Amino acid sequence: MTAKSSTPTNLRSKTLSGAEIIYRCLGLEGVEFIFGHPGAVLLTLLDLFLERSKIKHVLTRHEQCAAHMAEGYARASGGVGVCLTTSGPGATNLITGITDAYMDSIPIVCLTGQVSTSVVGNDAFQEADIVGMTRTVTKHNYLIKNMADLAPSIREAFHIARTGRPGPVLIDLPKDILLGEAPFQVPEGEVDIRGYKPRTKGHPRQIKRVAEAIKEAKKPVLYVGGGVIHADASKEVEKLATAADIPVTWTLLGAGAFPSENKLSLGMLGMHGTAYANMAVDECDLLIAVGARFDDRVTGKVSEFATKAKIIHIDIDPTAIGKNLPVEIPVVGDAKQVLREINKLVKRQKRTLWHKRVDRFKEDFPLTFEAAEGGPIKPQEAILTLSEEAGGDAIFTTEVGQHQMWAAQYLQVSFPRHFISSGGLGTMGFGFPAAIGASLARPDKLVIDIAGDGSFQMVLQEMATTVQYGIPVKVFILNNYGLGMVRQWQDLFMDRRFSEVGLEVGPDYVQLAAAYGAKGLHIEDRCDLRPAIQEMIKTPGPFILDVKVDPDELVFPMVPAGGANRDMILNDPRKKKPKGRLSALPDN
Amino acid sequence: MRQVFSILVNNHAGVLSHVSGLFARRGYNIESIAAGPTENPEATRIVIVAFGEEETLEQIAHQLRKLYDVLEVEQLQYNRSVTRELVLATVSADADKRTEVLQIANAFGANIVNITDNTVTLEASGNDHKTRILIKALERYGISNMARTGMIALPFDEMTDEWEPLA
Amino acid sequence: MELSGSQIVIEELKANGVEIAFGIPGGAIMPFYDEIMKSEFPHILTRHEQGATHMADGYARVSGKVAAVITTSGPGATNTITGLCNAQMDSSPIVAITGQVATPTIGTDAFQEADTYGCSIPVTKHNWLVKDVRELQGVVREAVRVATTGRPGPVVIDFPKDVQVAMTEYNPLEKTETALSAEPVFRIPEPDTKAIERLLEELERSEKPVIIAGAGIIKGGAAAELAEFARSAEIPVINTLLGMGGFPGSDPLFLGMPGMHGTAYANMALCECDLLINLGGRFDDRVTGKVAEFAPGATIVHVDIDAAELGKRVETDIPILADVRDVLALLNTQARKKDRQAWLGKVEAWKRDYPLQYDWDGSIKPQYVIEQIQEVSEGEGTYISGVGQHQMWAAQYLRFNEPNSWVSSGGLGTMGFGLPASIGAKVGRPDREVWLIDGDGSFSMSLVELATAATYNIPVKIAILNNNYLGMVRQWQELFFEKRYSHVHFPKSPDFAKIAEGYGVRGFDVKDVDQVRSTLEQAAEIDGPVVMNFHVNQEENVWPMVPSGAGNHEMQLGPQSTEKLT
Repeated sequence: MTAKSSTPTNLRSKTLSGAEIIYRCLGLEGVEFIFGHPGAVLLTLLDLFLERSKIKHVLTRHEQCAAHMAEGYARASGGVGVCLTTSGPGATNLITGITDAYMDSIPIVCLTGQVSTSVVGNDAFQEADIVGMTRTVTKHNYLIKNMADLAPSIREAFHIARTGRPGPVLIDLPKDILLGEAPFQVPEGEVDIRGYKPRTKGHPRQIKRVAEAIKEAKKPVLYVGGGVIHADASKEVEKLATAADIPVTWTLLGAGAFPSENKLSLGMLGMHGTAYANMAVDECDLLIAVGARFDDRVTGKVSEFATKAKIIHIDIDPTAIGKNLPVEIPVVGDAKQVLREINKLVKRQKRTLWHKRVDRFKEDFPLTFEAAEGGPIKPQEAILTLSEEAGGDAIFTTEVGQHQMWAAQYLQVSFPRHFISSGGLGTMGFGFPAAIGASLARPDKLVIDIAGDGSFQMVLQEMATTVQYGIPVKVFILNNYGLGMVRQWQDLFMDRRFSEVGLEVGPDYVQLAAAYGAKGLHIEDRCDLRPAIQEMIKTPGPFILDVKVDPDELVFPMVPAGGANRDMILNDPRKKKPKGRLSALPDN
Repeated sequence: MRQVFSILVNNHAGVLSHVSGLFARRGYNIESIAAGPTENPEATRIVIVAFGEEETLEQIAHQLRKLYDVLEVEQLQYNRSVTRELVLATVSADADKRTEVLQIANAFGANIVNITDNTVTLEASGNDHKTRILIKALERYGISNMARTGMIALPFDEMTDEWEPLA
Repeated sequence: MELSGSQIVIEELKANGVEIAFGIPGGAIMPFYDEIMKSEFPHILTRHEQGATHMADGYARVSGKVAAVITTSGPGATNTITGLCNAQMDSSPIVAITGQVATPTIGTDAFQEADTYGCSIPVTKHNWLVKDVRELQGVVREAVRVATTGRPGPVVIDFPKDVQVAMTEYNPLEKTETALSAEPVFRIPEPDTKAIERLLEELERSEKPVIIAGAGIIKGGAAAELAEFARSAEIPVINTLLGMGGFPGSDPLFLGMPGMHGTAYANMALCECDLLINLGGRFDDRVTGKVAEFAPGATIVHVDIDAAELGKRVETDIPILADVRDVLALLNTQARKKDRQAWLGKVEAWKRDYPLQYDWDGSIKPQYVIEQIQEVSEGEGTYISGVGQHQMWAAQYLRFNEPNSWVSSGGLGTMGFGLPASIGAKVGRPDREVWLIDGDGSFSMSLVELATAATYNIPVKIAILNNNYLGMVRQWQELFFEKRYSHVHFPKSPDFAKIAEGYGVRGFDVKDVDQVRSTLEQAAEIDGPVVMNFHVNQEENVWPMVPSGAGNHEMQLGPQSTEKLT
């Protein structure tokens, strides 16, 4: 990040154009790809991408997808994703992607063109107040008005995006700044921003208290979130869990932070989490949250969440701690650093009784679904089969909806950054462009977007991008001809009044793939499932596999919104089985 | 040039965002902004001191009036309104300088709110001119900390008899 | 009568003339969607919320009515921002109702929570976050009123989930208090009689007057008054991009569009006129070019309903804050005839000497396709465009004879506007045939809405002028960057006809110029949406052109032309 020892050429400042300064600054930050869509105000900058090859520009078909691609790139690589769009609609089209990155703490830097400073505020052609609109959905944003601020702002932007709790930063670049000239020299030293000093080292006394609490606990649970992945702390989590013999549950964004095949793993918790994860959290006497934020989809009714537990919260963002519920031992710091310190103090322990109890939960309340011979393809079995065929090395992205929850429940994810999903904002249309970004970041990996038909339809124009650049993203559509998650709620809570959720007239995805110059396949028979997945995986280039699934299938378990996790509905109440309720379980 | 805008708005959550957002997105320069309730609990008065070209200041007034929650916009004239600002300042004042600082405070009618071995904290209110020259006078001793409320203002009611304000 | 928040919104929408909604359901708006179904409120399910906003925009522009846009919280709401911004720039009314997380969880970064209120401040005329169900009735009424009166524009009602189900007493006849706003944006100001007198004097004196008629003529319903005035006072009329249709394109006094890609004769008239009357236009930068050199010899009159537009960009001699229709009505009773043969003759000569033109080379010329659309539809259709070169050609070559027959994204220049706006336009005026003229780049941005057109069988005729480029940017690169075509080329253009068929929509792929006419004729006969992919000449440019930042007199007429207007 900082420049090496200065050479005489570095010291001599040269006068460069604004566009040139931007290009160089991006180069210094190690940017490989920039996702964008051109426009008139950007011409001078775009011109540089044509002449040079250090930074590759990826031309998208809609700017929203440029932002999601940058997110996918960042989530898969751990670096900063960058996008570049023109003023006005180009900028406003980014907002959903920026908000998504903000909610999920993803480091992206968005460069937007702007009309010349002299006409800002005049309602000029393609002018929009993007800085005003993104004030509450970025970690920070800049409108550059002076040439002298250009290079330092870009450097700060990257620093802010990637440090502390990561997040999106936007830089608005008026046309006259791109055309203007200023002296430029390679910046040196650390970035120093007076109002921004994230704390990474945990307080030693708090760390000691954590170690003691772990030692004293009989029934601890580790609850890990996206922060573990951002901090690259998976190894440390595994070490702590193994040493202190603690079962581990994760949030949607924490999937991959702990290997799902490990016997300590409990799977995801919360609204559509596993019954055993929710039961373990309900019964635990110590809950150790690492880089997670006690989101409403995780806690259910907060006052009844982990009521028997002492709560430890390790997070880099002090405002996340105690936001949704009281915490006994807060530790502000970087998850990796803090866990390392904790691991130094934690002694090996065995918790046979607790594990016996947890194993009982697992045996009695596993994830289940019923697939009948000759019946329709169940989405769950489609995902299980996909997981088996793709192997542990594939990267999965998801769209938003039922398929997302099934993916989180049934996929085997062994490594961090191999499960990429829109959590906080729940953005339909996220998965496909994110997969494109992920594939560019990790070209050695098989990248599969697990999609619903409603979500994929929002962004399918990016098929053109995959074909143009030969990006081998596989789109695995669980097609139920509708907005399934909303339909599920209507089914359960609105007396089956299915208001505006039917997408019966969907496109023919195979024909669509062909129209874009890609391959596709359509299946509806259970026996075709595995061969079709195999064909998808071995076919080079982008591929759409349209799997017609049972449209009537619902996601279970489910905690009704606002309900307590222990009141989760275990299986389909429409099927006249005894309603499983966790609270009915006898205490031991 | 500088201008004082007295803006009467509906007393709702979010109104200040609309007003300050307008200044930000149209690139208008704000020198100070102060807001508080009025005699009518449903209305808030926001006083903004802005600067710019004359046409820009006219634009500001027009654009403000377009905001739904803005009830009234007055562009106050110096000699037809009263303006006040409160200043709190901590000034370096060792024993040998303290008397001078206190004399200045006295001359400006400022109150002393705290004294330490080497500082004096004072509060002063006044119009733009007065606060400016007071701060200038204190700067010679070194101001280590300062807070200002921003200007508040009211127009004078019209006189009933014939009267020409001085130019 | 006790009603839920959702029921109140439906009741008030109906009572205030909102007849249809466009949107997509989601978690935080579910109770409201349940009510939509129960009350059978007409609703069109779109494939992306951005599409829903453009549909409502297109609907409003052709029908003069306002539609609702309904989305869920979080991404549903943020996806509307571009459409709202577009409507704000072009003064088009939309009432957007966005779901929000329940009030107690606002501000906790809850699932699908976004600060819709804060994000939408810069892109709306006004917005509300309703936290108390008792305020709802008044807010919905105000929202419709604010959106549709004065200078129209979009509004947002952020509608938390708990407020959707909260019950309160509802009386449909109850008068709600309306805030008294300071400015006549919400009231119609009377024209200042002194200013009208001055305008009449100037008119008397003027030898070379010109009218620029903007979108205000259309929004103000003043097209007939304008035609009467221009014809009786014998003043040539220029229409801005958004003003097209405000004056009959077939009238001999019509000069076409001004500015960057305007006609040579319109710009020449602007450079030489001694009196410029701007009626409901906003002197946009794409119209004026370099302001200092705009209409240098003219006395400038500007009539607008928005005080902030008067004098905003161009110094105005006679500003008139009023409804254009009122002003034109006054002028029609008071203006006297004056002989302007010399000036009209001069303008006629320019039209003859510098017409719009393009060359034939055997390829499909985009201008030709547009001319053919004009002929096949007999000028009776509603015409929509995306954003880019095709938009300029459409504005140049189509002839609009009625207001509200042309829908285009002007101020924001939103690529992807075309298809959803066409769907909205067809819904708003089902009696008129809708023709969309789009570019391949622009169409790609919103083609997902083909599913919407197919689902509801909305018969929009889509002509893609496919040049495998982001043509407008490419043109600038050709002219100003020595043909360095950076990231504007789509080397593997999708087969749009096949895509259409994938959606169950008729598709045509047209590579031969001889098939253009017959394809359009076939399309006109089909009862349903149609996609026509015209492979047009890839490097055709839009002429004339005023380079960005130059004065209108520096307009270039064509590729070879070094001739400049003086």
